[in-house]
Amino acid sequence: MQDDLFLEETPTSSVTEKVAKPGPAVELRGSVFTLPVLRLKRSDLGAIEETLSERISQSKKFFENAPVVLDLEHLETPAEVLDFAALCSLLRTLQLVPVGVRQGSAEQQQAAVEAGLAVLRGGSVQEAVAAESKDKKTGEVVKQVVVPSKALVIDQPVRSGQQIYAQGGDLIVLAPVNAGAEVIADGNIHIYAPLRGRALAGVLGDASARIIVQSMEAELVSIAGHYQIFEERLPDELFGKSAQVYLQEMALTLVPLR
Amino acid sequence: MSKVIVVTSGKGGVGKTTTSASFATGLAMKGHKTVVIDFDVGLRNLDLIMGCERRVVYDFVNVINGEATLKQALIKDKTHDKLFILPASQTRDKDAFTKEGVEKVIDELRESFDYIVCDSPAGIEKGAIMALYFADEALVVTNPEVSSVRDSDRILGILAAKSKRAEEGAEPIKEHLIVTRYSPERVESGEMLSIEDINDLLGINLMGVIPESESVLQASNSGIPVIRDSQSSSGQAYDDVVMRFLGEEVPMRFLDAEKKGLFKRIFGA
Repeated sequence: MQDDLFLEETPTSSVTEKVAKPGPAVELRGSVFTLPVLRLKRSDLGAIEETLSERISQSKKFFENAPVVLDLEHLETPAEVLDFAALCSLLRTLQLVPVGVRQGSAEQQQAAVEAGLAVLRGGSVQEAVAAESKDKKTGEVVKQVVVPSKALVIDQPVRSGQQIYAQGGDLIVLAPVNAGAEVIADGNIHIYAPLRGRALAGVLGDASARIIVQSMEAELVSIAGHYQIFEERLPDELFGKSAQVYLQEMALTLVPLR
Repeated sequence: MSKVIVVTSGKGGVGKTTTSASFATGLAMKGHKTVVIDFDVGLRNLDLIMGCERRVVYDFVNVINGEATLKQALIKDKTHDKLFILPASQTRDKDAFTKEGVEKVIDELRESFDYIVCDSPAGIEKGAIMALYFADEALVVTNPEVSSVRDSDRILGILAAKSKRAEEGAEPIKEHLIVTRYSPERVESGEMLSIEDINDLLGINLMGVIPESESVLQASNSGIPVIRDSQSSSGQAYDDVVMRFLGEEVPMRFLDAEKKGLFKRIFGA
C-alpha cells in the first residue's frame, strides 16, 4: 500500500424522511452506499496526485467519476486546515468526485463545508479494532472499541445458485455450501461443513474478518475485497482440511487449522 | 390423502420423463390410482414414452384455459386401469401456465387420485417452477456426472426456497434422489461419479439407482415404460424405487460391476 494514503470502503447512511403530501415533486429516502474513502496522511498536493494517479491507472473504470470521502483522521499534521478547494479541484482533474469529509477538527470541517463538502458522521471503525489487537501484543492498553454484532445461523445446505448475506454481522453455516453457492457476511464466516462455493467475509471493508471452514474446497474466498480464485484444485495440505482465511498485511492468507 | 410428486432435475436428458413414466406405472401396478402430468409444454414427450400419443385430443393447457374438462383430457392407460396421463400441449408455450390455473387442476386431481406425478421440463424456468410448486415430495433425477449433479443441487435449492410449501413455511418437500444411467464399470474406471460422491455433494435420501441399460431406449421407442420390462435391470431398479417410495425396505441393487466369470472372460460378454 502507498505511504501517503490508501483507499478503503466504508458505509455511509443518510436520514430517512417521508413526505406524505399527495404527488410531491421529490421524495426523501434513506439509503446506504459504500463509498471509497481517501485516507489523507499528508497534505502535499503533489504527493497526493502522484500516488492517486498511479492507483487509479490500475483500475481506471472503477474510479471513473467515483464519489470519494476524505478521511482526516490520519493526517500527520492533525491540526492543519487544508486547502480543500485546491484539493477538490485536483481530485476532479483525476475524475474523482469529492463528496465529503469524515473526522477532523471543527476548523477542518468548517473549511470543508465552505469548500462545498459535506461532513459525514459514522463510518467504519474496523481499523480501530485491528489496531487494538495489534497493540495488545506489545502489552499496551489501548482504547476499547465495542462493535455490536449478531450472527446469522444457517442450518440448511446452501445450494448452487443460492446466496446468503449476513448483514451487519457474522455468518454461521452448519451445512455444506455447495459449488455455485455464495455466502457473504459483513463480519466473519464460520462453516462447520464443506465449503465448495464462494465465501466473502468483511464485505464492507472489515480487514479483520476471517473465514473459518471445516473442510476447505472453495471456489473463491475473499476478505474485505481481497479475493482469491482457486481455478486449480487447492493444494493437498488445504483441500478437504479445516482451514482459516485472513488478511495479513493486506495479503490473503490461507492456513490449515492446527 | 393424495400426494403430489414432482420428478425434476434441472438438466435435460437425464431421464425425468422415463422416470416419471415408470414411477407412475409402478404406483398403478401396485394398485394406487395415479395420474402423471406432462409439464413440458411445447416439447411433450411423456405421451410417446407412455405409448398414447395418438390418443391425445385435449391437453393440460386446454384444461387450464377451460377449453376442456379434466375428464376429456385425461387419457386412461391401455394396460393399467388405475393409470391416467394428462398430456402437455405441443403447440403452446410455457406462458400458458398460471399458478392459479395449475392449482385448480391439481386440486381437482387430488379429489380422485392417490398420487399425482408431475413430469418437469428441464431448466429452471416457469414450466419447471410450476411443476414443483405444488409438490409434497420430489424425485430428483441425476446422472453420475458433475454438471448433472450441479444442476440437481440448484433444483434442490429452488425446491427449498420457491415451492408453495417453502413460501407458506409448511413442512419442506421430501427430497429423494434417483441416480440414472449408472454404470458401475465406468465408476470403477473413474469415468463416472460414484454413488458416494453424489451423496456427498447433494446429501439427500437415495431412493434408487437405475443402471445404464439398452432396454430403456427400446422401451421408450416402443412406448412401454421400462418398469414393465421385468427382465431388464432398469425395470427391476424402477420397481425397487416404487417399493421404497411406498415404504418397503428394499436393498440397493446394481451398484457393483458384474464380476465376469471364466466363461465370459474367455468368450466375451
